[in-house]
Amino acid sequence: MDFQVVVLAGGTSEKLSPLVSKDVPKALLPVANRPAISYVLDLLESSDLKDIIMVVEGQEAARLVRAFVSSTYLDRLLVEVVAVPEDIGTAGALRAISKRLVANDVLVVSGDLVTDVLPGAVAATHRRNGAAVTAVLCYVPVSGPSDAPSGVKDKAKKPNRLNIVGLDMTRQFLLHIVSGTDVEKDVRIYKRKIQAVGQMEIRSDLMDAHLYAFNRTTLQDVLEQKETYRSIRLEVLPYLVRSQLISAPSGGEGTIVDETGNGVVPSNSNLQCLSQHRAIAPSAFKQEFLSRSGGGTRRCCVHIASKSKYCHRLNSIQAYCDINRDVVGEASHLSGYSFSTHNNIVHLSCVLGSKTTIGPQCMLAEGSQLGDKCSIKRSVIGRHCRIGSNVKIVNSVVMSHVVIEDGCHIQGSVVCNNVQIQERAVLKDCQVGAGYTVTAGSDHKAESLARK
Amino acid sequence: MSQKKSRGGAAGAGDDAEDLSRSPLQAVLLADSFTLKFRPITLERPKVLLPLVNVPMIDYTLSWLETAGVEEVFVFCCAHAQQVKEHLEDAGWTGQPAAREMAVTAVESHDAISAGDALRVMYGRGVIHGDFILISGDTVSNMSLKDALQEHKDRRKKDPLAVMTMIIKHSKPSILTHQTRLGNDEIVMAIAPETKELLYYEDRADGSHLCVTIDKDILASNPTLQLHNNMEDCYIDICSPEVLSLFTDNFDYQHLRRHFVKGLLVDDIMGYKIYTHEICSSYAARIDNFRSYDAVSKDIIQRWTYPMVPDVLSFGNCHEVKLHRQGIYKASDVTLSHSAQIGANSVIGNATSIGEHCKISNSVIGAGCCIGKNVIIHGSYIWDNVIIEDGCKVSNSLVGDDVHLRAGAIVEPGCILSFKIKVGKNVVVPAYSKVSLLEKPSNEDSDEELEYADTNSGVTDSPPFSSMRSNAGRPAVPSKDDDLGASETGTSGVLGYIWASSDTGTQEDWRQSIAPIPKEKLQEMQHAVSVDDDNGSEEDLNNRQYEQDHDGDSEISVVEDDDYTKFEKEVEETFQRALDGIHEDNLILEINALRLSYSLQHADCAGAVFYSVMRSASVAAQSTNDNLLKTTADALAKWKDLLRNYTKTVDEEMEILLKFEEMCQETTKEFCSLFSKILPYLYDKDVVSEDAILRWAEEKENADEADKVFVKQSDAFIQWLKEAEEEDDDEEE
Repeated sequence: MDFQVVVLAGGTSEKLSPLVSKDVPKALLPVANRPAISYVLDLLESSDLKDIIMVVEGQEAARLVRAFVSSTYLDRLLVEVVAVPEDIGTAGALRAISKRLVANDVLVVSGDLVTDVLPGAVAATHRRNGAAVTAVLCYVPVSGPSDAPSGVKDKAKKPNRLNIVGLDMTRQFLLHIVSGTDVEKDVRIYKRKIQAVGQMEIRSDLMDAHLYAFNRTTLQDVLEQKETYRSIRLEVLPYLVRSQLISAPSGGEGTIVDETGNGVVPSNSNLQCLSQHRAIAPSAFKQEFLSRSGGGTRRCCVHIASKSKYCHRLNSIQAYCDINRDVVGEASHLSGYSFSTHNNIVHLSCVLGSKTTIGPQCMLAEGSQLGDKCSIKRSVIGRHCRIGSNVKIVNSVVMSHVVIEDGCHIQGSVVCNNVQIQERAVLKDCQVGAGYTVTAGSDHKAESLARK
Repeated sequence: MSQKKSRGGAAGAGDDAEDLSRSPLQAVLLADSFTLKFRPITLERPKVLLPLVNVPMIDYTLSWLETAGVEEVFVFCCAHAQQVKEHLEDAGWTGQPAAREMAVTAVESHDAISAGDALRVMYGRGVIHGDFILISGDTVSNMSLKDALQEHKDRRKKDPLAVMTMIIKHSKPSILTHQTRLGNDEIVMAIAPETKELLYYEDRADGSHLCVTIDKDILASNPTLQLHNNMEDCYIDICSPEVLSLFTDNFDYQHLRRHFVKGLLVDDIMGYKIYTHEICSSYAARIDNFRSYDAVSKDIIQRWTYPMVPDVLSFGNCHEVKLHRQGIYKASDVTLSHSAQIGANSVIGNATSIGEHCKISNSVIGAGCCIGKNVIIHGSYIWDNVIIEDGCKVSNSLVGDDVHLRAGAIVEPGCILSFKIKVGKNVVVPAYSKVSLLEKPSNEDSDEELEYADTNSGVTDSPPFSSMRSNAGRPAVPSKDDDLGASETGTSGVLGYIWASSDTGTQEDWRQSIAPIPKEKLQEMQHAVSVDDDNGSEEDLNNRQYEQDHDGDSEISVVEDDDYTKFEKEVEETFQRALDGIHEDNLILEINALRLSYSLQHADCAGAVFYSVMRSASVAAQSTNDNLLKTTADALAKWKDLLRNYTKTVDEEMEILLKFEEMCQETTKEFCSLFSKILPYLYDKDVVSEDAILRWAEEKENADEADKVFVKQSDAFIQWLKEAEEEDDDEEE
């Protein structure tokens, strides 16, 4: 497969602070005790896509990621980790490595994607349609990767609108896309576009999964011409979608007025044929579209992941919690672990006190110790944690080397590495940054705690 | 009494469930289109009685309603109500309730001026008790209502707010003409794919808005929706009684679609909803204008509307019509000369005689017509008792009852000859003319739907139009186009008034006429399409909007180019395309559009266009100066009209001169040495006037030495001009 893969691994995202820090870039944030980036890399490996350029924002972050990747994927993947300046944007990152792209097509994956949509299938769709770009659309997860900090739960009821897309009748072509803040506005669609396709499906229940296949030359052209573009999602993709109906000029000759006078059949116009054939066969649109070879046409296609596929982006703290819960829960096949009969994973080296219960959809990594009468529900506990007695942990993520003393209650929270939580502390919907110490008996609600 | 009954109609919502099962299926047929599209014919006869393949339109509608199982029809008559009632009587629709399964009642009202008024009258009568079918009397269909009705009723049971089901059908819009083959504008509809609820409706989807805007709330409640441009509204609606009361409550509703449907969708009155029902295999179409008259006629002849076809439909005293090969229908006693050629898809009515060597194709000829020798009729509709003398030629036109075409008359495509018109010998009726014995009513209101009804007043109090070529008061005067005068042998012209096309008419003339769209128009449109596309105007526009949208976010740093340079570049590109053969008028249009979009002055245009012309010349010449002078002269000669279009004032001419100077100094230095040679040429071709040149010279008087180079260069010419001017002055004195 003549495909190169670019993984946009990001840097130290502000949105995820205090979870990410200089020591833990976003790519290495543990999701069910595995660095987030490993989900993408495993997925690529499974599709036999091994030629990978990984772009990381910031030298230090790049060094950390490089260290992880080279140790873990040494013999399995050919990964080149490239550092780019921070805040360069996704398009900027691509522009920075544009020279290194040589294959015909480029697969661009966001490094924070946790999904089981096969990149190989996307690549195949892309090739089959001869597209300029193929974007993966997936159904918006029900819990909603909300951008708001956790705790605003009422949003979960109604799926968030992340994109508004317009598809053709066959659902193969992307005719319209709205992303970002425009989603909340009224939808404006050019009539000419509707006229060209006859019928357009507008959907707001799909989201752009940040997995794209680009034609290399098209991508390079756009990056070169539009120097101000910073974001693939907000600028490059909408630009390609906008410009796809622009065709080569056709002459004014060759119009025939048919005998009955009912209609007219100008022979040389692609668009005309397009609209005429469309009525006869639904697939004709595609053929017509495809037959317009070269001529500067850029086809924008979509690969719509089926509803059963899991597709989530780790771009907010809420999403981080969701993904952790899902990976050990409903999307457990992603974690790569085998579950016990209790539907949880407890490492053999864990030490559990008496009357301590570990509920389903939980995960305890190696070397962790729990005291007596603890209760863990739907939570992930990292390596070598020491947890005292009478501790309740619900719906939370506890990373590695965390010390939790007796009588603590932790709910809906994320606790980073090396945190110490003293006796009887109560945390609800909190994020605790690495190395922080939560004082005894304190009560925190919906707070972000980090070392100054 | 009417009050009591109306209460019954309004209260329908409550006890509907039982009501639906027992009330007979009713229909309201509007025997008035409330539009002016069929004028001038409709001044004398209501639209619903116009013959469609020799059968009045309303008979198609009524017989469809009968076959569809409607039990009671209220025919709402407005204009020419008497004629409609008489016809209903004659054709046996009313009067003999025993003979028919369907009871037809005529409802007459003279003050209704819109469909909304008509429905308010119906509400007042209180005769509608349950679900009813709302249809206008110019609809041809053969669909079965069963499924649609069932759907409507089921929906009503679940959701009493579903008040209307609209019948829609796939159509075949053409991207070029932006209209369907029925000649009406394309419709953009948004439909929820699961429920088939109508969420958005826009007719007149012409160029007035570039975009379709869908409200965010619609999308919030419907995660997916289908945006259709390929659907046709059949104007057959299944309505619940609430529709009538809605019209009464909202007394400003006039138009069914523009007010009622839009009102329900946009204003969200009481949460009422409209649903759609798509028909696939059956036929339904409404005759809205002359083009749809033509299209539907052809569909009938080609039997898409079976059983609504000439040989099956027989009304009252109609004689038997037989179908022959190639879609030729002939009535029983047609007198046909042996040498006459009847082409495919033609209908010839009863007691019509056709002379020797006639050629008739794709046409419908009514009853009692008399057609002479060597007549050519193509794609036309000849109604009853028409006399066409020898050697006439009629193409793609509509010829009304009792028209008399004298020998050698030629009716060009797109004509409408109303009743009893007489066309003189060898007269050419120019294309797209509408001729009537009645004068065009002058109190034309721009609001078209308020017009149709008051025909009587319209005719009487109309002072003669200046553009009407006739003497006031005496309509028996030859009327002709000035440039046609030469081609006419000119014994007598046309008896009647040629209607000047109204302000809106020019576009509709060819869009909605019977004649096929002329080739040049198609080419124009095709050009427009391709031109639009290759210069990416949509994208640019989009971009601009996009950037505007993001102003607040300031995440994109837009490097704003100088507007004028951009404009100049675009003009040049446009001009380049013009060199490949766009018509000059279009070029002017495009440049004007560009000017507007960049909000620049007329003078800027002059400069930019001039720049483009000169550039093209310099590109063509490439090398030597002689060559350049020659190509420049050629280019100027070729585009002088274009330039003149922009040089209406001295200021604009000055702009050209300044531009020329600037070019010589900066961009295309080749012209530098030729300035003085080209300047007289510009003067010669009337691109710049002497006033402008002299003023330019004057202004430069005080300028820097460097700026004066060209003034000096062309000193001789300026002197000559000055002298010439003085001479002129002398002469005047």
